[in-house]
Amino acid sequence: MIMSIKVRYFASLKDRVGRAEQTIDSLGLSTVRSVWHVANPDETLPDNILAAVNMDYVDLDSPVKEGDEVAFFPPVTGG
Amino acid sequence: MLIKICPDGFDPWQEIQAYQQNALTELIGKIGATSVFVGTMRDFNEGDQVKGMTLEHYPGMTEKQLAKIVAEAQSQWQILDALIVHRVGAILPDEAIVLVAVWSSHRGEAFDASRNIMEALKSKAPFWKKEQLDSDQERWVSKNTDGYTTC
Repeated sequence: MIMSIKVRYFASLKDRVGRAEQTIDSLGLSTVRSVWHVANPDETLPDNILAAVNMDYVDLDSPVKEGDEVAFFPPVTGG
Repeated sequence: MLIKICPDGFDPWQEIQAYQQNALTELIGKIGATSVFVGTMRDFNEGDQVKGMTLEHYPGMTEKQLAKIVAEAQSQWQILDALIVHRVGAILPDEAIVLVAVWSSHRGEAFDASRNIMEALKSKAPFWKKEQLDSDQERWVSKNTDGYTTC
């Protein structure tokens, strides 16, 4: 049984937190915002951060559940 | 509809020709307009000379978001087909970064849909540019230039 959440970081945010991904225990995690705070207890949430759950954009107060892939990244600059 | 993420260089004009010959044969006679946008890498940005760039993306989410962008355009305009090709990895000035091609029966739909797809790609598709300056300094591009000119 999956009891974890995969957390991924991209671009400048990956450099800032010093890792591309990690797995955290999903127990007690209710929102995307809480995932950030548990995964990065010493880092404040950047103002312009974007978040996705299972590859769809979400608000920081969106719910999460075990087995989710949560991603954090800065504004996109492709094209 | 085709979405391609390319780790190697691509020729946008060959991509259009190949797609028209292979995927659009059933639309012969129905196409009245093809709108094409090609974005290429500049050798300057924000007052600095740029000698190279690395494009990072979020595999899976990028394709998913691009498919949603095209689906939204298809729901808004009468388009017959669309092709998006986007480069990732190491890239040099003058190389193509992105191709958006839209086929429609009429120019208005083709122009409007391709413009909309391109602007949505710039704000929603998870790609990030890291520039290598002539000074050997590296920096992440933090924002896009405005897609609309002001007079």
